[in-house]
Amino acid sequence: MIQLNINGQDQQVDVEPEMPLLWVLRDTLGMTGTKFGCGIAQCGACTVHLNGQPVRSCSYPVSAAVGQKIVTIEGLSNDSTHPVQEAWLALDVPQCGYCQSGQIMAASALLAKIPKPTDKDIDEAMTNICRCGTYQRIRAAIHHAAETGKGIGSVIHYMAEGHESTSIDSETITNA
Amino acid sequence: MTTQLNTPEQVNLENISNLESSDLKLSRRSFVVGTASAVGGGLSVGFHVPALAQSAQAAATQEVNAWVVIRPDDSCVIRVVRAEMGQGTHTGLAQLVAEELECDWARVSVQQMTAGQNLARNRVWKNMATGGSRGIRESHEYVRQGGAAAKIVLLQAAANQFGVPVAELSVSKGVINHAASGRQLSYGQVADQASKLPAPDVKTIKLKSPKDWKLAGQPLKRLDTAMKVNGRLKYAVDIKLPGMVYAAIKACPVFEGKLKSFDDSAVKSMRGVKAVLRVDDNAVAVVADNWWRAKQALNALPIVWDEGVHAKASSETIRANIVEGLTSSNNVYAETNIGDVDDAIAKAHKRVEATYITPFVSHACMEPMNCTALITENKAEVWVASQNAEASLAELAKSTGLDVSKCEVYNSSLGTGFGRRGGFQDYVKQAALIGKQMLGTPVKLLWSREEDITHDFYRPIGHCKMSAGLDKQGNLVGMSIRVSGQSINAFAAPHNIKDGKDRRQLQGLWPEPDDAQFGYTIPNLKVEYAMRNSHVPVGPWRGVNTNQNGLYSECFMEEVVHASGKDALEFRRALLKDHPKHLGVLNAVAEKAGWGKPTAAGRHRGIAQFMGYGSYTAAVAEISIKGNEIKIHKLVLATNCGHAVNQRMVAAQVEGSVAYALDTLQSEVTIKDGRVEQSNFDTYPIARLKQMPHIETVIAPTFDFWGGVGEPTICVVAPAILNAIYKARGTPIRNLPLKNSGLKIV
Repeated sequence: MIQLNINGQDQQVDVEPEMPLLWVLRDTLGMTGTKFGCGIAQCGACTVHLNGQPVRSCSYPVSAAVGQKIVTIEGLSNDSTHPVQEAWLALDVPQCGYCQSGQIMAASALLAKIPKPTDKDIDEAMTNICRCGTYQRIRAAIHHAAETGKGIGSVIHYMAEGHESTSIDSETITNA
Repeated sequence: MTTQLNTPEQVNLENISNLESSDLKLSRRSFVVGTASAVGGGLSVGFHVPALAQSAQAAATQEVNAWVVIRPDDSCVIRVVRAEMGQGTHTGLAQLVAEELECDWARVSVQQMTAGQNLARNRVWKNMATGGSRGIRESHEYVRQGGAAAKIVLLQAAANQFGVPVAELSVSKGVINHAASGRQLSYGQVADQASKLPAPDVKTIKLKSPKDWKLAGQPLKRLDTAMKVNGRLKYAVDIKLPGMVYAAIKACPVFEGKLKSFDDSAVKSMRGVKAVLRVDDNAVAVVADNWWRAKQALNALPIVWDEGVHAKASSETIRANIVEGLTSSNNVYAETNIGDVDDAIAKAHKRVEATYITPFVSHACMEPMNCTALITENKAEVWVASQNAEASLAELAKSTGLDVSKCEVYNSSLGTGFGRRGGFQDYVKQAALIGKQMLGTPVKLLWSREEDITHDFYRPIGHCKMSAGLDKQGNLVGMSIRVSGQSINAFAAPHNIKDGKDRRQLQGLWPEPDDAQFGYTIPNLKVEYAMRNSHVPVGPWRGVNTNQNGLYSECFMEEVVHASGKDALEFRRALLKDHPKHLGVLNAVAEKAGWGKPTAAGRHRGIAQFMGYGSYTAAVAEISIKGNEIKIHKLVLATNCGHAVNQRMVAAQVEGSVAYALDTLQSEVTIKDGRVEQSNFDTYPIARLKQMPHIETVIAPTFDFWGGVGEPTICVVAPAILNAIYKARGTPIRNLPLKNSGLKIV
């Protein structure tokens, strides 16, 4: 039996030591918030925190996670109130959403390490793939969460006939 | 259950799929669907998706009409059948329904109906196929009518209760007000009575003018974000059913090859392995109690393939055939032949000639292909990410041999689609064939990324030879465009090729008003297509064909501009004077990008315009080059999509189009020994955050048509960037991807 600490809870799993942590989470424990994207640590959809560090769980043997504090998207907060989650909600970042667990885990690890990241810090830390191309809003949401004042989200120039040309940016979204 | 089930008499599946399928012959035969009772009441079909369970229960109560359910607590469920794959269509369709319904937007949720439910009710929700950027533009009218019809009966129910004429009532945010008496009723209070009233004749329904819209046209937040930030949204790949087992699959690496044999003795005793199965004549699967164990055993399984006749095919042999098509007179058709192009170019003062090359590219959907099947003697169910749940249903019925009335498809939100998950339902077929061998046991089939990249339906490879002539004043007098390359229709939908004319491969180059019209007026113009197919499967790839055709025509136009010595914007403006909508977005993008104003030192701009999916788009890119490294600083992108239902979601699609278009510049699938050489994201590069420019979206709707949004922008991104690179380097890039020119995007 392998002893794990996931989202603050001790869990025992009867799996091969070389099984990647991703498949223990998904298939053994039914924690499907962490996603499979490539299996070779290229896309980051499977990102979780081990002792606060972002790790691509598809290529991380479960035995190596023993003794570390594992945090998954399900455990980042109880109620989606982590500042990164709040920023993602505020800026409507996700499109299909499939990669966003990994993006949020990567972004939250970045902010834990660098509370006020620069664009260059974001470039270097955020190497996860998003096929929908939500990157501009991801960058803006990280700035938003970090309160750097540098976030530029969607810039929209609305030029409908009969309307004044207006600009909308993503930090001013409102619900009707 | 308040629902009235229509009894379908004969629902012909012939037209259910307007996305192609390699094997939708079933749907093209006359195929009779069983009666509603055989489906078990349609709406009582339970979703086994935890996240959807509540809305399934809601479906059985308080249905005002097919589109609208209002619960006693005033919460409002709006039904949709188009697939949500990130493009925001569920929120957009809900906005349109809610606009007419006048309900409280804060209480709206969306319910995805199933293919079985749609068929059982005589396709009351109409087309489920979600591709070609059609989600909004081809359903806006009937969904708004659905909302309006619901409002009519809700108001009538309140009028009956008050004993007053409907004309004395007003409604706002789901609260009906009788001003004269000060009485109010909420939609939830009258929904039950409303559901018993006769539905109004659709012909009597007058829809609002977009000028009066309050919800539609507004940049509202998406309805489906909350569960995408906490991991709780269940995609198809996340389904867990009692007793479920997991399957990993491998198909013959050479297309059209066969599975000869495998030796399961080596893997049968591996931990967790339940079965090793021949799926069909092409693939083998290992089933285990965990996907990783299944995959480990599959990796260890000795397999013998019959690689077939294509085992020696390569990119070189495929390209040689295509190059022949550039000048051949065999198997070529002319879509446009105005004036005398050859004569005009021969007599021209200046001539320009170029051949552009675009490779196969892969969809690489973020959620790998998967399908969970539960097959019994008399019932077949699948949980799948599908852009066309009715095509999934048809494939399930065919693969299991069960009547379609005994089949059901549960479609969740898709981890992207891009055209890969539409007509082609190969993963449904495989899951059904595995499930049939394990009756009563749910099986989750999941492809590895390697299986995905090597068994896609790729964007067709193509070359394009173009020539043009200019007069002494630098005016364009003639242009010839010859596309040679693979055909999507030939592979997936040969019935769409009429009289040897495969118009689809020329999307965006069509002469007449259509949803992908060529905007330039040129006195002598010839546009031709030479079909040159290979054994590599091809299919629609987001921005289908307009991506290649837009790149060909807009990059070549830049070479013509260069030869003319004129400004790229002014040159195009003159040619677009007969097509004011093409011209309109070009002018809009030029204005917002500051075309003609000086750039920062070392920066260069490029411009492009094109039309696809009913919408007009244009782009200005700003780049710089250091050594072999290209930095894309900024893209300004304009779109006239007719009506913009949600500006922020339009912007999201435009921003996403930039990332997707970068595939066009930096990715390629190549063939060696009959198979795909790339296999995963280490060999098939995908755009990363650091490569992204700052993007500005210009939305310039004219409200006189309905165009698409998800695809049309992609086709102008790559040419605008390439034209900026041309400006910087002084030589055009004609052979994609960029690495063929020793360049990369940083």
